[in-house]
Amino acid sequence: MTEKNVVTAIHDTLMDEMRNDDRVIVLGEDVGARGGVFRATMGFLDEFGEERVIDTPLDECLIAGVAIGLALDGLRPVAEMQFADFIFPGFNQIVQEAARIRYRSNGDFTVPMVIRAPWGGGVHGALYHSQSVEAFFAHVPGLKVVVPSTPYDAKGMLIQAMEDPDPVLYLEHKKTYRLIKGDVPDERYTVPFGKAAVRREGSDLTCVSYGLMHHHCVEAANRLASEGLEIEVIDLRSIYPLDIDTVLESVGKTGKAMVVYEDNKFLGVGAEVSAQIAEKALFELDGPIVRVAGPHVPAMPFAPTLEKWFLPDADRIEQEMRKLAEF
Amino acid sequence: MPKATDLHTELGLKEEDLIEMFRFMLLARACDERQWALNRMGKAPFVVPVSGHEAAQVGSAWAFERGKDVFCPYYRDLALVLVAGFSPRDVFLGLFGKKDDPSSGGRQMPAHWGSKERKIITGSSPIATQCLHAAGIALAKKIKREDAVVGTWFGEGGTSEGDWHGAMNFAGIHKLPLVFVCENNQYAISVHESKQVAGSVHSRAAGYGFPGVQGDGNDVLECFRLTKEAVDRARAGEGPSLIELRTYRYYSHTSDDDDRTYRPREEVDEWRAKDPIPRFETYLKSVDVLDDAAVASMREQVATDVAEGAKSAEEAPFPDAADAAKHVFASEGVN
Repeated sequence: MTEKNVVTAIHDTLMDEMRNDDRVIVLGEDVGARGGVFRATMGFLDEFGEERVIDTPLDECLIAGVAIGLALDGLRPVAEMQFADFIFPGFNQIVQEAARIRYRSNGDFTVPMVIRAPWGGGVHGALYHSQSVEAFFAHVPGLKVVVPSTPYDAKGMLIQAMEDPDPVLYLEHKKTYRLIKGDVPDERYTVPFGKAAVRREGSDLTCVSYGLMHHHCVEAANRLASEGLEIEVIDLRSIYPLDIDTVLESVGKTGKAMVVYEDNKFLGVGAEVSAQIAEKALFELDGPIVRVAGPHVPAMPFAPTLEKWFLPDADRIEQEMRKLAEF
Repeated sequence: MPKATDLHTELGLKEEDLIEMFRFMLLARACDERQWALNRMGKAPFVVPVSGHEAAQVGSAWAFERGKDVFCPYYRDLALVLVAGFSPRDVFLGLFGKKDDPSSGGRQMPAHWGSKERKIITGSSPIATQCLHAAGIALAKKIKREDAVVGTWFGEGGTSEGDWHGAMNFAGIHKLPLVFVCENNQYAISVHESKQVAGSVHSRAAGYGFPGVQGDGNDVLECFRLTKEAVDRARAGEGPSLIELRTYRYYSHTSDDDDRTYRPREEVDEWRAKDPIPRFETYLKSVDVLDDAAVASMREQVATDVAEGAKSAEEAPFPDAADAAKHVFASEGVN
């Protein structure tokens, strides 16, 4: 067991997997000599050489398309999008190709590839280094979209993603990279997709979140405990597959549901989670389903005042939790 | 007996090769005429015609080693996939959307070819996406030290896509065993080459640091010669090439298009006169590989094969509706 932060857990896991399996190839912008702008592939070039650690041209469409080709021919590519905000030139390759190849070929061809992408706000990244992209991709059947929020999950879910026979979008929240530390077992293990984690038990309200927001939710819940309010906090871990059963079980116990996410509220993950709660557990509810999320503006602005206005934090979540618990 | 100086002998082609190449060209044309007729009869909702492109496709495909090399075609490549191992029945199973359609089990529109067994990589409708897959596969072959060359085919319209330029760039940087084949029929649906391509297709290769050549896409031996040189270079580890084969399609873009709104009839007639099939037939007779009787017998056999393939496919079952939920992921039941 070693204490690590999220990005170190990702780095070490990827390195171990490359040592274990010659088929693993990493590719992306600046992943070679620079070791990735977040240092996720630091030292890889020296150890594995240019054939397995590929500095690509600055072309996200190419990164996705070439990774598909590598996967089609039996290698196990792990592609890095430097920032999730820049993934969109690759949208067509990811959505129309990677996600649909198994289906459109009637199971003849498969694309076992991982796309890693740093996402999320709170890092003074402004409009183009703060975005949440999960809703765009989770909408697409054929793709798995996962969002580890702890170093333990970062390792177990990365291995799971690399073993997965289908394409996985593995989203790494930038703010958690160095902020969130935790114990990581030294041995190899996986964390299965579609299994949410109940991180904090409670009977008054169910709070569902993921990524950085999950940590804010835990903090808000801890504060409310002193007021005698017990909040159950669920970390979704994967957006698709979605573990709605764990959410429904919790809502059955608490009767109150809240979803917290930093993406724009409209048609975000909270919309789907809320709809499924409403469809499947309407009569368990003692209050409205509440979404605490980003506002409907094009993206997160830069100035500290503006960024704070956009991004939900523990204070705001605490207020919303209290309000709903007292409903 | 063919003379030692015959063009095909110089190219390393035997009589059997020539006869097979000619047969595939006839077969593609006959499939096309049949599928077009089936469309007009209301039996086939959508057809992508190949007529006019037979020399470009058969000539270029013949330069690859079947069973070893990889094909990343586009939708017009009916003749190419016949060479790569599709039977006429396979083509018509796809046309009708039948369960045993090897490309997709009736999921995709016709002409979206794919077959792992035949090393034809599954394709989609967005243009030139396959070129990047070809680059990735070629890189994989290089990393694995596998003796295999990858070919990718597209129209001149495809050369406007970022995917195409990305693939060209990456192939040049990594000296990939990859051959780019452009079937330039001068129209991307209705848009003429003059509004599609600044400069010329083949000259773009220079910007990516590898050879680009242009040839007569209606001359099957020329198409073979240019592609064979490129495949040999790729196999020798000398990197990619771009081949632009100038040709013409005789029908509209698809059965849903009407080319009379954008192509003058005189132009179509002019290119009809350059039909690659009679042209190759003339050559084959000139070198005494085939005579009139042999050609007639081949045409008869091809007509029979196509009629039987179409009939058998028409009688074949559709996929079960319940199968539509399969193959989203490796494991069923993830929802």
